Amino acid sequence: MSDAIPEFSKSKSGDGQEVSLTNLSAFASGPGIKSGKEVAAIIAVAVVIIGGIELALRLFHVPLYIMPPPSSIAYALFDEFPLIAPHLGYTLVELVSGFAIGAVVGLVLAGVITQFPFAEKIVAPYILLLVTTPMLALVPLLILRFGFGYTPRIIAVALAAGPMVMINAATGFRRVDSAKIALARSYGASTLQIFWKIRAPMALPMILVGLMIGAIFGLLTAVGAEMVGGGFGLGNRLTTYSSMIQMPQFFAVVLILSTLGILIYVLFFLIGKKWASWEA
Amino acid sequence: MNTGETTTPKLGVQAATKIYHTASGDLLALDRCSLDVRANEIVSIVGPSGCGKTTLLWSMSGLHGLTSGEIRLDGARITGPHPDIGIVFQEANLLPWRNLDANIRFPFEIKGEKPDRAWIAHLLNRVGLDGFGGKFPRELSGGMQQRAAIVRALALKPSVLLMDEPFGALDSFTREEMNRLVEEIWLDTKTTIVFITHSIEEAIFLSDRVVVLSARPGKVAKEYRVPFARPRSLEIMATKEVFDLTNRIKMDIVGERARPKAPEQERASAEIVRIRP
Repeated sequence: MSDAIPEFSKSKSGDGQEVSLTNLSAFASGPGIKSGKEVAAIIAVAVVIIGGIELALRLFHVPLYIMPPPSSIAYALFDEFPLIAPHLGYTLVELVSGFAIGAVVGLVLAGVITQFPFAEKIVAPYILLLVTTPMLALVPLLILRFGFGYTPRIIAVALAAGPMVMINAATGFRRVDSAKIALARSYGASTLQIFWKIRAPMALPMILVGLMIGAIFGLLTAVGAEMVGGGFGLGNRLTTYSSMIQMPQFFAVVLILSTLGILIYVLFFLIGKKWASWEA
Repeated sequence: MNTGETTTPKLGVQAATKIYHTASGDLLALDRCSLDVRANEIVSIVGPSGCGKTTLLWSMSGLHGLTSGEIRLDGARITGPHPDIGIVFQEANLLPWRNLDANIRFPFEIKGEKPDRAWIAHLLNRVGLDGFGGKFPRELSGGMQQRAAIVRALALKPSVLLMDEPFGALDSFTREEMNRLVEEIWLDTKTTIVFITHSIEEAIFLSDRVVVLSARPGKVAKEYRVPFARPRSLEIMATKEVFDLTNRIKMDIVGERARPKAPEQERASAEIVRIRP
């Protein structure tokens, strides 16, 4: 640091790795619902699409086991919800605990590894391996070792979420802005102060992106692991309902899973809007 | 370049030499650069791009070590960032995730001190940023951002203020406004200021002395005294004295390379034309 040529330019701060929360901006620029007219249009389009599907399925006598009409899915969701709800709870337990473990480990590793560029170069290929390997593949092995309880699923979720969090957070921590670090140093800041007051806030937008991707990968892996084995969880419901050809119930579970995914997305979008909106 | 005064300078640069070790070889950025800044003085440093102005300023601030030579503040050698030296960086350098108040609090947070609220309020009022404390940097114009950066630099009451091309990114009207503001602040606080700039006009308007650095490696080439009384008005910029001084400095910076060839060639070709017929 002390021997680097001082350089200032706007593009430099990104260090070639521009952060984009822009993939979240679909919400910001899109549905800011402004008028009753827009609301009416949105509802009308939804009614036309869902009604159209309903009508087509009934008109062409599509059998229930191929594709149930929206009305029967809605009914199943309402009717079966008391039976599905506990399984939603199990899945959430796996997701939240696995994600928490993976995120914490991923964040700490990213923070530490980026402090040592040489070590980072050596470790990089293994991290990439962890990111690209579908952790679902390890679930049968984990079940063999840990049985059919929560343990193998939580491990799988942590293994899926952790590397995603880590690789994105590391990108964030690597975004060095020498001018801002110089500013802190000019007031005599310690390395730790520079980390907490400059590096961490600069990394925050990328960390949030990592957490969001990690959470969604975690959900994916949790459901996948539940489908592999064990008698509980939303993934288990999917295999159960499909084996019993209860398609309306099956799609009701799919609907719950989609909602869960969207909620994760919205949650991190809102956090990002509150804490990382300085990065336009 | 000691002007013969016996008192210790506020900030003394003695034979400052800086070599950067880069991938493409060593780079001599400063070569035995010496310069004294007296207390309560405003000194501008101008020079061609890449002549080591910023390197010199960073060395003065203690952010950089020197390869050889030394910097002394009130006679004591500087080995690292010093609480008595404030810096205003290029392009404001505010932290975008903090609002203005939090940006100005930043130095106090690092030092673990309580912010001097009355003084900060006075400074904010002085630069015309009253009521902007809750705004984020991106919500402010470049000029306002730089005003906030000046407040941040002065918040800890440094006795020396180093300004590294602070207004380079601003339009010329805002720049003039900022120059007047710097003078006002100086009249108010009498802080010793070292000011780095590309603009000769800005240097003359602001400074008691203008120091010209030579092209790389940076070395003090010339020094000019600017004799106008303060507060200065923009009208002095239209006087012949300033015009001449501006041209002399300009020639110091670009002249040596640009001047000699052209007239000789012209004469030569003219002679050829005369001989031929």
